Amino acid sequence: MILDNLVKHTSEWLKGTGPNSDIVISSRIRLARNLENIPFPQWADKKQAQGVLEEVFKASSRVDFLKNTLMLKMADLNNLDKQFLIERHLISREQAMKVDSKGIVVDQEEIISIMINEEDHLRTQVIRSGFDLFEAWNIINQIDDLLSSKLNFAYSDELGYLTACPTNTGTGMRGSVMLHLPALVITMQINKILSAVSKLGFTTRGLYGEGTQAQGNFFQISNQVSLGQNEEGIIDKLNGLIRQVIEQEEQARKLLINQKKAFLEDRIGRSLGILKSAYIITSQETTELLSWVRLGCDLGIISNLDRVKINELFILIQPAHLQKLEGRILDHGQRDVKRASIIREKLK
Amino acid sequence: MFCDICGKDKATVHLTEIVDDQMTELHLCEGCAKKKSIEMEQQFGLADLLAGLTELGGQKADKDTLGLKCPVCHISYDDFRKVGRLGCSHCYDTFRKYLVPLLKKIHGSSQHLGKAPKMLYGVVKPSKIIREPRRESEIGVLKSQLQEAIKKENFEDAAKIRDRIRELEKKNGEGKK
Repeated sequence: MILDNLVKHTSEWLKGTGPNSDIVISSRIRLARNLENIPFPQWADKKQAQGVLEEVFKASSRVDFLKNTLMLKMADLNNLDKQFLIERHLISREQAMKVDSKGIVVDQEEIISIMINEEDHLRTQVIRSGFDLFEAWNIINQIDDLLSSKLNFAYSDELGYLTACPTNTGTGMRGSVMLHLPALVITMQINKILSAVSKLGFTTRGLYGEGTQAQGNFFQISNQVSLGQNEEGIIDKLNGLIRQVIEQEEQARKLLINQKKAFLEDRIGRSLGILKSAYIITSQETTELLSWVRLGCDLGIISNLDRVKINELFILIQPAHLQKLEGRILDHGQRDVKRASIIREKLK
Repeated sequence: MFCDICGKDKATVHLTEIVDDQMTELHLCEGCAKKKSIEMEQQFGLADLLAGLTELGGQKADKDTLGLKCPVCHISYDDFRKVGRLGCSHCYDTFRKYLVPLLKKIHGSSQHLGKAPKMLYGVVKPSKIIREPRRESEIGVLKSQLQEAIKKENFEDAAKIRDRIRELEKKNGEGKK
């Protein structure tokens, strides 16, 4: 399968580069767009949905940015491939269900992707490594301009881009930043921060987006309002909020280093120890331990380990990635063994 | 503590309900909590839940919304309330009366200030095109002027008018090709 090429390299957003990449994993912007005069995916009949899929594929192939992309029909992919794309944050869980007439366009570096016929006809997204929302906006804005000169987007001067759910109407834009906030969790300040975030009109989610639990101290923060402000204004506000969260995490980290150094060193050391020597390990345990190890790298407690390697491991230990690496279907127990072996190898 | 509904399983979900200014606490097991949340969804409609519009007693389907259907995708306003998703872009026109307040509630505004699609730039919207006077009617006017001039034996003017008519007819012919 073509997707097997992707497993060999790391997604751009996992490179661990970019501003504030110790705390910020990635910055993502998505735009929701629909074609005029065709029912939204949930209500479109098969012929209409198929038409949308073909039209978007055709338009994408004529956009310079999207020349070297994979264009895949979801119906052509097996369950493992779909899970693999979810783990790489290229599609949502929703996109992997009821696959009729759904599709995806994804570029080689996995920076740009377009989900076709998810909740809206098009969900275009750009992910960048580190804290870099404006750069993500810069790229997606150009792609959107190019697509909008080839596709007739549903739009009104008053309400902006018309989307299936009124929570996306207007700019159709959602900016999300994925943060690693272990110190705020350890110092038990995280709930205070998260409730402040939601009071300010932003939402927090877990590692895999809507409806998922926070795992390994990863949190996604995104804007909720998409109408009544322009795109730059929304990003600016989100940026300001993220900057404050980063500051809080930095302070908590300093506090821990100053007051609880032995505790930190112990937990980090033990976590690395388990990861290096385990022969059977679940993904949940791995994610929790890797979070400690990542903190250890950031604080200089672990010095001889590359952050990129840790970032990579968070994805490689996921079920579909393990099975792709092994080249065959593995059951639960087999995956726990394979996972431990990959981790031991990587941390040697 | 055991579940208030089934009384069998351990209560793990704790709900506070406010009905008519009376606060009641419900302690439920996971199974009963799931059933309860489905019930609540059906009562209020997902769209309202999404928008935090579950004001007590408010926003029930009224006579006006009953039978209101989008002419393009045939989705009713009630369908939208249940599913929380609109049927097509024309629903925004059809349900405008209800959607504008909903959008204000969600976003604090109902005026778009962001970008517009490229397709719209440089293309004047149909409503804004000032229609050019139709050539046929201009010819009609000229023809009656020609008759008038001939009647008055004003041949100089008649010749000018005739030339003008020929010119216009030639242009029209090209336009139609």
